[in-house]
Amino acid sequence: MKVTRKAPRWPVPAVLDGDDEALITAIQGGLPLVPEPYAELGRRIGLSEDEVIARLRRLQETGVIKRLGVVVRHHELGYRANAMTVWDIPDDQVDTLGACMGRFEFVTLCYRRPRRLPDWPYNLFTMIHGRDRDEVQANIALLVRECGLEHIAHEVLFSRRRFKQRGALYHAPEPAHGGT
Amino acid sequence: MAELDAIDCAIVNRLQDDLPVCERPYAEVAAELGIDEAELLSRLQRLLDERVLTRFGPLYDAERLGGAFSLVAMSVPEDRFEEVAERVNAFPEVAHNYRRDHDFNMWFVLATETPEDIARVNAEIATCTGLPVYDMPKEAEYHLRLKLEACP
Repeated sequence: MKVTRKAPRWPVPAVLDGDDEALITAIQGGLPLVPEPYAELGRRIGLSEDEVIARLRRLQETGVIKRLGVVVRHHELGYRANAMTVWDIPDDQVDTLGACMGRFEFVTLCYRRPRRLPDWPYNLFTMIHGRDRDEVQANIALLVRECGLEHIAHEVLFSRRRFKQRGALYHAPEPAHGGT
Repeated sequence: MAELDAIDCAIVNRLQDDLPVCERPYAEVAAELGIDEAELLSRLQRLLDERVLTRFGPLYDAERLGGAFSLVAMSVPEDRFEEVAERVNAFPEVAHNYRRDHDFNMWFVLATETPEDIARVNAEIATCTGLPVYDMPKEAEYHLRLKLEACP
């Protein structure tokens, strides 16, 4: 279990040169679906294939690129329901219980966030997926049982409607859904 | 829901991990899956066309690129919901916005170029809607699962 602590809150941006920027811009719309995609990218921005490969590897190693692969639509894979489930956990137990919940396959996000008292007492946010609302509820019940959350106040916020979702663009950055 | 056969599922599951960074990455993945390169490419194109996949490419750590994010909640009176949604969504910094069943019924993500912009945009949203905004930035990450099993 990897726990990423944010102190200072804002990580230092990576050092990128002009060619890195050009490469990031060139692939943000997607990798070319041709047999030699890195050579093709290089042709577009005036770099050799070797140079593209070396730069991509470095961007992966430094964590600028978290993953180079496909982004799926949950809905199209049959995961039609999701609920943001929020928990009010004593401060000294958040790390332990967050780590416990994060281990479950149906938990796609598990973040600590600040309480906003008195209106908002919850400090741990999990996104729980399921094929329908019943499955989501069953998954939450399983979490409660397995992580010993019987005495922890929680609320389940099903999504009703998505109003806006824009594409991910480097110059107007967007996280994976909820990944903020 | 899209019809996925066993090979489609294997592709979706395999490519939620990294594509190799080498000269013929698709050929390498195709070999792992026991199909040929051309079939992998044509199936990938179809999965994108059918919108099973939103994108095939990099997932950036935008904070490493200098961007900033926050999750923001609002409690919007029912009779003002549409109007407030319109005002909030008009901000280009609002990346996505969900209605949820709760007193806090509007939840949106802000994505800005700098951390300072988060506070500025929140203040502008509060002013233009006349409603309080509750900024809830991430403090620790226990898990971010980047993979969702197809045909489990």
